[in-house]
Amino acid sequence: MPKNNSRTVLALAEFQTSGDALHAAEKVRDAGYKRWDVHTPFPVHGMDDAMGLGQSHLGWIVFIMAATGCLGGFSMIMFMNGVNYPLIVGGKPAGAFLSMIPILFECTILLAGFGAVFGMLALNKLPQHHHPVFYSNRFEKCSDDHFYISIEADDPMFDPEKTADFLKSLTPSHLEIVEETVAPAPADKGGHHG
Amino acid sequence: MSAHAPVEEIGERPLLPPGTTFHDITEDVSRITENPAPRGWWILFMLALGLAGLLGAALTYLLTVGVGSWGNNSPVAWAWDITNFVWWIGIGHAGTLISAILFLFRQKWRTSINRFAEAMTIFAVMCAGIFPGIHTGRPWFDYYMFPLPNQMEMWPNFKSPLMWDIFAVSTYFTVSALFWFTGLIPDFATLRDRAKNPIRKWVYGFLALGWRGSNRHWRNYERAYLILAAISTPLVLSVHSIVSFDFATSVLPGWHTTIFPPYFVAGAVFSGFAMVLTLLLITRSVFGMHNLVTMKHLELMNKFMLATGTLVGYAYAMEFFIAWYSGNPYEWHVFRYNRLAGPWEGDNAGPLWWAYWAMISCNVLVPQLFWSKRMRTSIPVMFVASILINIGMWFERFVIIATSLHRDFLPSSWGYFSPTMIDIALYLGTFGLFFTLFLLFIRWIPMIAIAEVKGVLPQADPHYAPPPGSSSGGTDSVAPQGGAEVSHA
Repeated sequence: MPKNNSRTVLALAEFQTSGDALHAAEKVRDAGYKRWDVHTPFPVHGMDDAMGLGQSHLGWIVFIMAATGCLGGFSMIMFMNGVNYPLIVGGKPAGAFLSMIPILFECTILLAGFGAVFGMLALNKLPQHHHPVFYSNRFEKCSDDHFYISIEADDPMFDPEKTADFLKSLTPSHLEIVEETVAPAPADKGGHHG
Repeated sequence: MSAHAPVEEIGERPLLPPGTTFHDITEDVSRITENPAPRGWWILFMLALGLAGLLGAALTYLLTVGVGSWGNNSPVAWAWDITNFVWWIGIGHAGTLISAILFLFRQKWRTSINRFAEAMTIFAVMCAGIFPGIHTGRPWFDYYMFPLPNQMEMWPNFKSPLMWDIFAVSTYFTVSALFWFTGLIPDFATLRDRAKNPIRKWVYGFLALGWRGSNRHWRNYERAYLILAAISTPLVLSVHSIVSFDFATSVLPGWHTTIFPPYFVAGAVFSGFAMVLTLLLITRSVFGMHNLVTMKHLELMNKFMLATGTLVGYAYAMEFFIAWYSGNPYEWHVFRYNRLAGPWEGDNAGPLWWAYWAMISCNVLVPQLFWSKRMRTSIPVMFVASILINIGMWFERFVIIATSLHRDFLPSSWGYFSPTMIDIALYLGTFGLFFTLFLLFIRWIPMIAIAEVKGVLPQADPHYAPPPGSSSGGTDSVAPQGGAEVSHA
C-alpha cells in the first residue's frame, strides 16, 4: 500500500510501571490535550485525578433504573392482585402493601443490576471491536503488564511532530505513531466499472 | 482495587509470594485455558458427564411417570426435592459473599478466589432451580408462577412466599450472572490478546466487547462493580431469607420460627464456603495453582467456616431454647422428641433422630477443629472437614423439612420418608450438571480474576518503590532515559 494512502490516527506511548504512566498522564492533562486516554491492565489508583476526569455518572442511571423497578413492581402487583382480579388471601386486603415488600425489593435490585451493567457499557460505548489502538502490535501487552498513553490525531492540539516530541519528553519505554490505511478516494463517482 | 503493601512490622504476610510480577499472573491463569487439559481434568469431566446423563435419564423418567416416583407422600409432602433446592441455593451464597461483601469490606485476598466462587454460585443456582420447577408435579404449567396472562384469566398470588421465592431466585441468578460477566470482560481481553488461533481470538474478542483497558472505561467499570457489589450484598441476604419464609410463614411447628432468616443466611454462607474449599483444593492441586491460592487464602476461608459454623450452632441452640420457652407443646415435641431424642430414650425417640445428630456433629462440632492453627492449615483436615460440613448442611435442610412433617398433629397420621431410586438419581445427577459446567468453566474461562489480582500486587500502587537491592519490583525493565525508540505501525 503506498505511503500516501495512510494517515496518522494515534500516538501511543508505552510505559513499564503504573507510576510512570500516572506521572506522564498528569503532564498530558496539564498540556491541555482533550482526546487522549490511558490504557492499563487493571484500574490504577489515582489515574482518574491524573487524567482530570470527574466522577462517573453511572450512579444516576442505576438510581433511575432502581426506582423504575420498584414502582414497576408495585404497579404490577397492585394491578394484578388489587385491581384486575382482587385476590383476598388470609383476610388481608387485596392491595396489601406489606406482603409486596419482598417482590418490590427484588424488582428494584434486578433493574438496578441491569442499569449498572448495561449503563456501564453504554457510557463506555462498548461493544466496540474496532479502535485504532488495536492497529499497534505492541498494544497486546496492555492486557498483560504494560501501560499506554494514547493521543488521538483528531485532538485539536495534535501535531505529528510536536505531539511526538512532547510524548518523548515523558520518557516512555517506547513510542509509536499509529497509522491507518485509508481507502483510495474513488476516482469516478459514477460507481464501479467491473 | 488499589494496591496493598503488607505491613511486615505487624507480621502481615503478602497475599502472593514476593516477587510475583503482573506477567506471572497473566501466564499462570491464562495457560490453564491454553494448554491441553491435564489427564485429571478428563477423568473428572467424564465422571461428571456420566452423572449429568443420569440427571437427564432421571428427569425423563420423572416427567413421564410423575412425582409419584418420588418417596414423598403424606405426611412428608416435601422431602428431597426441597432439601436439594435449599441446599444448592445455599451453596451459591458464599460466591456472592466473596465477590460482593468482601469487596465492600476491602478484603483484598478475595481476588484469588472470587471468580471461582461466583462461577460456583451460578452453577449451584442452576442446579437449585431444577427442583422447584419439577416438584410442581406438572412442570408444563410452571408458567402459572410467572406474572403472565394465561387462559384461566388469573394472576399469581403475590402474597405467597413461593412467589417471593420465584422473584428472589431469578433475580439472584440474573444479577450474579451479570456481575460475573462484568468481572470477566478485562480477562477475556487478556485471553484475546494472547490468542494465536483465529477462532480463539474471535471468540474471546467477541466476549471482551472490544475492551482496551481505557482508563475512561475503567472509571465507569469500577463504579459499576462497586454498585453491583452494593446491590448484591442485600440481595444475597434477601434470597435465603425469602427461602426461609417458605417455611417461617407457615404454621407448622418446627418451621414457624422468626430466627429462620438469619439462621438460613448463616448456614448458606457456611455451606458455600465449604463447597468453595472442596472445589478449590481439588482444582489447585490438579492445575498447580499454589502461587495464586496460597495457604493464607485457605486459612482465612477456614476462619470463615469456624465463624459461620458457630453462628449456625447458636441458631440451633436458640431455636431449641425458644421451643421450650414458648411453652407450645407441639413446638416442644418437634424439637425434644422428633429431633433430639435418640434410641437411648427408648420409645420417646423419633425415627429420624440420626439425621439431627448427623447435622449437629458435622455442622457444630467439626468446624470447632479450626480453632487450632495446625488444623486450619492442614490440607487433609480441611478437605475432609469441608465435605463433612456439606453433608451436615444437607442434613440440616432435611431435618427442618422431614422431622417437622413426618409426625403430624395426630399420631394416626404419623409416617416416615424413604427416598426412591429416582430421588437419589436426581440428587446425584445435579452433581453431574454442576461439575460438568464447573469443569468446562475452569478449562475455558480464566478461573482467577487476572485484572483484580494484578491490582492487589504491591507494584500496582503508582507510589510503589522497589525495595533497595531487590529486582522484584516493577516489571521487566527500566524506562530508558532521554530519547525513546520510535516506530511506525
